Amino acid sequence: MKAAVIVFPGSNCDRDLAVAFEAAGADVQMVWHKDTELPRDIDIVGVPGGFSFGDYLRCGAIAANSPICNSLKAHTDRGGYAIGICNGFQVLAETGILPGALLRNAGLKYICKTIGLKVVTSDSAFTQGYNAGDEIRIPIAHHDGNYYADDATIAALHDQDRIAFTYTENPNGAAKDIAGILSENRRVLGMMPHPERAADAGHGGTDGAALFRALMGALTPA
Amino acid sequence: MKARVHVMLKNGVLDPQGEAVRHALGALGFAGVNGVRQGKVIELDLAEGATEADVTAMCEKLLANTVIESYSVEIG
Repeated sequence: MKAAVIVFPGSNCDRDLAVAFEAAGADVQMVWHKDTELPRDIDIVGVPGGFSFGDYLRCGAIAANSPICNSLKAHTDRGGYAIGICNGFQVLAETGILPGALLRNAGLKYICKTIGLKVVTSDSAFTQGYNAGDEIRIPIAHHDGNYYADDATIAALHDQDRIAFTYTENPNGAAKDIAGILSENRRVLGMMPHPERAADAGHGGTDGAALFRALMGALTPA
Repeated sequence: MKARVHVMLKNGVLDPQGEAVRHALGALGFAGVNGVRQGKVIELDLAEGATEADVTAMCEKLLANTVIESYSVEIG
């Protein structure tokens, strides 16, 4: 598996994400946001957490309009895989690759702690290493993780089994407790929690590792 | 040409910052504040020849996220 991790000014989980991909057996290339093309033959693109462009204007808004994101959009348009974690989820929402938006946490506070997640569907390359209904524990670290979409979009996500993860105890006011969603073709995952921060025994938990392991061998190149 | 863009969360989208301001006003003794919505104002200093349509395009592309925000443009 060949993975690319995009690096924006202000990304701070880019190396963690690369390490998690590598631990699962992937070859990883880091890609700078000013590059206009992703490397050839990439199986999956990782959009990492952090504070791209200082969260100015809106979280992920300026990153979503950086040169590499045209190539990312082309990659996902032709059926390529991508995962956006935390700020990466915000970027994917801002590009329109995933529906909805991430609003300020309902309690206004930045929250950094390990929380419980329910795996809602195992029907994706990302979640097939879990069983639907599993409860896993991985960390969140965000100020703007309150998932919002209009009622029709929320209904479509539910009806199409595209809600990947929900919070067992909603920390941020997210609609329907949503912590992560899939694209219509199930090849793009956006999630606020950080599986790459629960992928090694040294992290204090390894519940996120199954996500990266499951990707290995599961990806059909676009 | 100067343009001023007002960006607000759409009606129906919860504004927790506005709610916090409303509570703070109540705590200061300002009675009768039924609601507070907080938005932002972006001022643009534009070269000659720019049009309102250009500013609208900027709003659609970057300045507002129309999933959650509405915007209005004031020219001059």
